[in-house]
Amino acid sequence: MSFQILPKARVEEWIDELRSRHRVVAPTRVDGSYVFAETRPGQSIPLDYPTSLLPPKRVILPPREELLRFQDGNIEAQVEEASIILLGVHTCDLHAMALLDRVYGEGVPDQHYRARRSGTTVVSIECLRPCTEHAFCKSMGTLTLPEAFDLHLTDLGDDYAVDVGSEKGAALMEGFAGTRPAVSRDYDRLDHAMSDKWSRFPYRLDFDVSELPSLLASSYRSELWEKLGERCLSCSSCTMVCPTCTCFDVQDEVEFNLRDGVRRRLWDSCQIGMFAAVAGGHNFRAQRSARVRHRFLRKGKYQREAYGLTGCVGCGRCASACLVHITPVDTFNALYRKRLEAQAGPEEVRA
Amino acid sequence: MSALREALLDESIYLPVEARILDVRPLTKLEKLFRIELPEGMSLQHEPGQFVGVSVLGVGEAPISISSSPSRSNGSFELCVRKAGSVTQALHGLNEGDRLGVRGPFGHGFPVHEFRGKDLLFAPGGLGLAPLRSLIQEVLDQRHLFGRILLLYGARQPSELLFLDEIEAWKQSGDIEIHLTVDRGEEGWTGNVGVITTLFPKVQLHPRNTIAVTVGPPVMYRFVLMELLGKGIPEGNIWLSLERRMKCGVGKCGHCQMNHVFTCQDGPAFSYAQIKPLEEAL
Repeated sequence: MSFQILPKARVEEWIDELRSRHRVVAPTRVDGSYVFAETRPGQSIPLDYPTSLLPPKRVILPPREELLRFQDGNIEAQVEEASIILLGVHTCDLHAMALLDRVYGEGVPDQHYRARRSGTTVVSIECLRPCTEHAFCKSMGTLTLPEAFDLHLTDLGDDYAVDVGSEKGAALMEGFAGTRPAVSRDYDRLDHAMSDKWSRFPYRLDFDVSELPSLLASSYRSELWEKLGERCLSCSSCTMVCPTCTCFDVQDEVEFNLRDGVRRRLWDSCQIGMFAAVAGGHNFRAQRSARVRHRFLRKGKYQREAYGLTGCVGCGRCASACLVHITPVDTFNALYRKRLEAQAGPEEVRA
Repeated sequence: MSALREALLDESIYLPVEARILDVRPLTKLEKLFRIELPEGMSLQHEPGQFVGVSVLGVGEAPISISSSPSRSNGSFELCVRKAGSVTQALHGLNEGDRLGVRGPFGHGFPVHEFRGKDLLFAPGGLGLAPLRSLIQEVLDQRHLFGRILLLYGARQPSELLFLDEIEAWKQSGDIEIHLTVDRGEEGWTGNVGVITTLFPKVQLHPRNTIAVTVGPPVMYRFVLMELLGKGIPEGNIWLSLERRMKCGVGKCGHCQMNHVFTCQDGPAFSYAQIKPLEEAL
């Protein structure tokens, strides 16, 4: 593995150069939170940000997106090409993007997603300390870089180690002369940074993540879901901030002439009451406890089984966002504890 | 692959093809039968049990099961539409010559070739006959390949029974044994009165050689399944078509999930053996 060294003093110059060819979207501080937004020249980019309010999925899968436009009896698909650099993506969010790529790229490929995704290059950055108290990336296995990446930065103090993972990533370094090849001292510094960071992150699940799918399967009838359902408000904050939630609704909007208009897709949520309701009046997931259960099973089991990639990436955003403090860590650990109690029998637990 | 389905791989999987209504026939107070023609001799090439997304631009798109068999859908196909929501209401306002959008066909249909040589028991409830008609017509058009065919059909009241003239023709042909029932009788109704499950004691079957196919409202399935399993029909021989709120038809929007299964991809036709482990299916 070989990599480049990029001095921090040259980073702004590099980003300015990139901005001449692409839109550069990076974490931006807004009212005490961080959001992924398009950056302007001279704007400082806090690459050491903790975490963003909404995940970078909103760049490749916008909350509102025009699918079709119809005018004078003609329908046209609205497929948007992109030229975006997504800068400062953490490894958890990169794992999430790998899952989105599978969902939208496989089976019947979604051209809208693919056009935008193929025009997006991701510059990820290594997390050297936990972002918030809610993150549990180490437990979910997303603290390390996934197999596929474009360009990956690691903060070494005065400079960054720059790892090129793809042709798209390599293209970002072309035309910029501010980096130098790494030498053996740099390899030592990188090694040190990586081994140093590991102990700073806690394991927050009381069990190994490989057991999570079977734990959820055996917990289908747990009374915990009723208890969570009583607290849950079905506000859908969790799904909005989740990097691997992809459900959408499709709605038409028509002009005053009742002839021309658009068909859009919008983010939707399995947590909302009417998500599984049909026109005849039947609702296939009417109870909140069923909806809460579905979410956790999907994140911890169904997505992994369908795509071989983790559904929940341990970013902790839903835990921060939940108005009633329902969190994946609490939920998964509670289920694990209940299963241990059930297996042990009452006497052994008291001992 | 169906030419209509292939069109999805072009610009956008959400782009409907413009189709034309050839004929509109009211069936009941709530249901109409539409005959629809695709452009330029484009073929539908569907399997019985598959559905299409029907668009009224500006209102929306609804998933509707195809109601005519592959054998009777050359050049045009039929959809039986109940007026239930905003899109179906808009469809009911359309007439012969009007245009609408069509995407599909989607999903897995019934495996007709696996039914060959077996006795077939069709048990639709209410609107369930609409998708099942595609399978019944297909089977009748190759009658010699199948054993006995029985139809047990129930609706809430006589005015809600669908395709009565076609059912009468099937009865006259001698190809199917027909038993009808209604939950509540009406003036002029001389047939059976009782829920659909009251028809099952009237028929004798060779259960191991019978394929049962049932389609109906969600509440009906549990009761019909009890009857079918009670007669000794193996779980793998019982087929159902499940409805869910489908917004894309291609396994992306997430609305049709039952546990980990996408109804629009692995269904809507399922054997009971397939869905028995899915807690959210029935």
